[in-house]
Amino acid sequence: MAELSVQDIIKPENLVYEKTKLMTDKTLSYCPGCGHGTAHRLTMEVIEELGKENDTIGIAPVGCSVLAYEFMNIDMQQAAHGRAPAHATAVKRLWPNKVVFTYQGDGDLAAIGTAETIHACNRGEQIVIIFINNGIYGMTGGQMAPTTLPEMKTSTSPFGRDVASMGYPLKITELISNLPGVQYVSRQAVHSPAAARKAKRAIKKAFQNQIDNKPGLSFIEIVSNCNSGWKMTPNDSNEWMEENMFPYYPLGDIKVDGKLIEK
Amino acid sequence: MGELKLMKGNEALAEAAIRAGADGYFGYPITPQSEVIEYLMAEKPFDRTGMVVLQAESEVASINMLYGGGGSGKKVMTSSSSPGISLMQEGISYLAGGEVPCVIANVVRGGPGLGDIQPAQSDYFQSVKGGGHGDYRLPCLAPASVQEMSDFVPVAFDLAFKYRTPVLIIADGLIGQMMEKVELFDQMPRLTDQEVIEKYPWATTGKPKGKERRILTSLDLDPHKLEKHNQHLHAKYNEIKENEVRYELIDTDDADYLFVAYGSSARICQKSVKLAREKGIKVGLLRIISLWPFASDVIKEFTAKGIKGFLSVEMSMGQMVEDIQLAVQGKTKVDHFGRVGGVIHSPEEVVEALEQKIIGG
Ligand SMILES: Cc1ncc(C[n+]2csc(CCOP(=O)(O)OP(=O)(O)O)c2C)c(N)n1
Ligand code: SF4
Repeated sequence: MAELSVQDIIKPENLVYEKTKLMTDKTLSYCPGCGHGTAHRLTMEVIEELGKENDTIGIAPVGCSVLAYEFMNIDMQQAAHGRAPAHATAVKRLWPNKVVFTYQGDGDLAAIGTAETIHACNRGEQIVIIFINNGIYGMTGGQMAPTTLPEMKTSTSPFGRDVASMGYPLKITELISNLPGVQYVSRQAVHSPAAARKAKRAIKKAFQNQIDNKPGLSFIEIVSNCNSGWKMTPNDSNEWMEENMFPYYPLGDIKVDGKLIEK
Repeated sequence: MGELKLMKGNEALAEAAIRAGADGYFGYPITPQSEVIEYLMAEKPFDRTGMVVLQAESEVASINMLYGGGGSGKKVMTSSSSPGISLMQEGISYLAGGEVPCVIANVVRGGPGLGDIQPAQSDYFQSVKGGGHGDYRLPCLAPASVQEMSDFVPVAFDLAFKYRTPVLIIADGLIGQMMEKVELFDQMPRLTDQEVIEKYPWATTGKPKGKERRILTSLDLDPHKLEKHNQHLHAKYNEIKENEVRYELIDTDDADYLFVAYGSSARICQKSVKLAREKGIKVGLLRIISLWPFASDVIKEFTAKGIKGFLSVEMSMGQMVEDIQLAVQGKTKVDHFGRVGGVIHSPEEVVEALEQKIIGG
C-alpha cells in the first residue's frame, strides 16, 4: 500500500472545518495556550456568518490584544488605553447602519476605562463589547488587575491580593447588567470546545441584537486564562481557571432581552 | 451678504459648526465655553442637518469620540477650556499619530490648575509645543473676534481633512463670552455617507468589497517603521509650515516698533497702536492668526528691515515671546508684557510697557 502523505489528505472533499477568512494569516502574537486567539476567531466567525465583513468596524484596546487589528481582517481603529467605548460610541452614532464592537481586556475595560465602559452602557450605545477577563495585566508583565482574585499573586501583589488594602475583585459585568441601557449580558469561556461553542452562540446573539436594532448595548465577558501572567502551563491555567475563576465569575447569561436572569 | 446676528463667540462657534456641515459634536461642559454645547442642544442640529450632538462623560471621552468619528471619515468637533484640554492631551497625541482629522476648540481660562474662569492666553505652550507626548504639531488658529469664531470653523475643518490632522481653535474667555455682530456664512451641505466613503479611502467605514481593509493606529513596534512614520509626519508638518502661516499686519508700513499679539490681546493692541501714534510713537501690530505654524519669517523680515523692537503682548507670563526671540536671534530688542490670571491689560498699560521695556529699555 502506498504511503499516505499530508497532501493526499488536504482536499476539498475532506474539509470539515476551516479558518474564517476574517482572520488574517499573520501569526498570532499571543502566548501559546492563551484564550485571546480563540476569542478573536469566534468573533470573526460570527461576523462572517452574519455576512457583515464589509459593514463592521472594530475597536482594539491597549493590552495584549492591542494588535487585534493585525489578526481581524476588517476595518479597525486602535484606541488609547480604556477608551475603546468612546470610539465605538462615535462610530456607531455617525454610522448607525454599521456594526460596531470593542474588544477589551480587564485592565482596559474595568480599571482605566471604567468611566467609558459604564457610560457607554448607561447611554445604551448600540454596540457590542467583548470583554476578556483574565484577572491580570498580561501585556505589561502580570500586574494586578481590578479582577484579580483575593490572595492571587501577581507582580504588584507578590504576597497575594490583600482585599483589605487592595480592594475586591470587581464584577463589572454584574455592575453594568443593572443599567437599563444594557440589552444583553453573558459571561462565557473559550478554554474547551464545548465552552467555545457556547461562547460563540452568545457572541452571535450580541451581534444579532445590534443588527436587529434592539435598543441598548450587548456585553460579552469571556473569562480567560493568562498562562504566562499566572506562571502556569496552558493546561494548568485552564484547570486553575475552572477551580478559582468560575466560582467567582460564574458562567452563563446574566441579562437577556433587557431582563436580568433570576438566579 | 450672509445672515447678520448678534451673538456670543461661543454661540457663533456652535452655529458655524452646524453651518460648516459638521457631522458630530462631542463635549463636556466647562466655563467659559459651556454655551457651545448648550447652543447646539437647543438648536437641534440633527433636525437641521443630521448633525449628532452628544454630551460625553468627560473630556477624555469626548476626545476619543473624535478619534472614532474622525477616523470613520466624519467631520467632528469638540470644545472645552484649559483643564479639559489638559485632560485631552493623550487623545490628541493619538489623533496626531493616527492622522485623524478633527477640530478642537479651547476657550482658554486662567491657570494653572483649576485657575479661574476669566480669560487668559496661558495655554500657548501647551497648544504649540506639544501638550501631549511624542513628536507632533497641531495647526492652531486664534480668532480675535466673534466673526472669526464663526469664520475659522470651516477653515479648521478644511485644514484637518487636507492634512489629516487634529486642528486647534484657540480663543480665550473674552472672545467666547463677548457679544458682537457676526455675519454667518450660508449652510454648507454635509457629505453623504457615500461621499465620505469615496472621498476618504483611509477612513474605517467597513472594509470595501474586494479592497484592502483600513487600520487606524498610532502603534508601531518596529522602531525603524516608527521612525519612518515620524519622518512622514514631519514632512507633513513642513508642508503645513510652508502653506498655512496666517497673520495680519496693522499699521506696520512706517513702524519703528511692533506689537505682536493674538486673540483678545490683538484687539487691545489695536487701540494701543492708536494711543501710541497720538503720542508720536510709530508702532504697528503683527497679529498672529496661526499660532502654529508661526509667522517666524515675517518677524525675520521685519528684523532685517531694521525694526527697533518687538513687544509680545499676551495674557500670560510670556510664552509666545520665546518664538519671537527664536525668530529674531538677538538682532533686535524683544520683550513681553501681559497681565495674567484673568486680569486683562488696558491699552494704556500696553503703551506704557512699550515705552518702558522697548523704547526706553
Ligand atoms: C495610559 C496608559 N497607561 C498604562 C499603559 C500600560 N498598559 C498597557 S496594557 C496595560 C494593561 C492591560 O491589561 P488588560 O487590559 O487586562 O489586557 P491583557 O494584556 O491582560 O489582555 C497597561 C497598564 C498604557 N499603555 N497607557
Ligand atoms: S501575556 Fe497572558 S494574556 Fe497576554 S498573550 Fe500571554 S497568556 Fe495571553
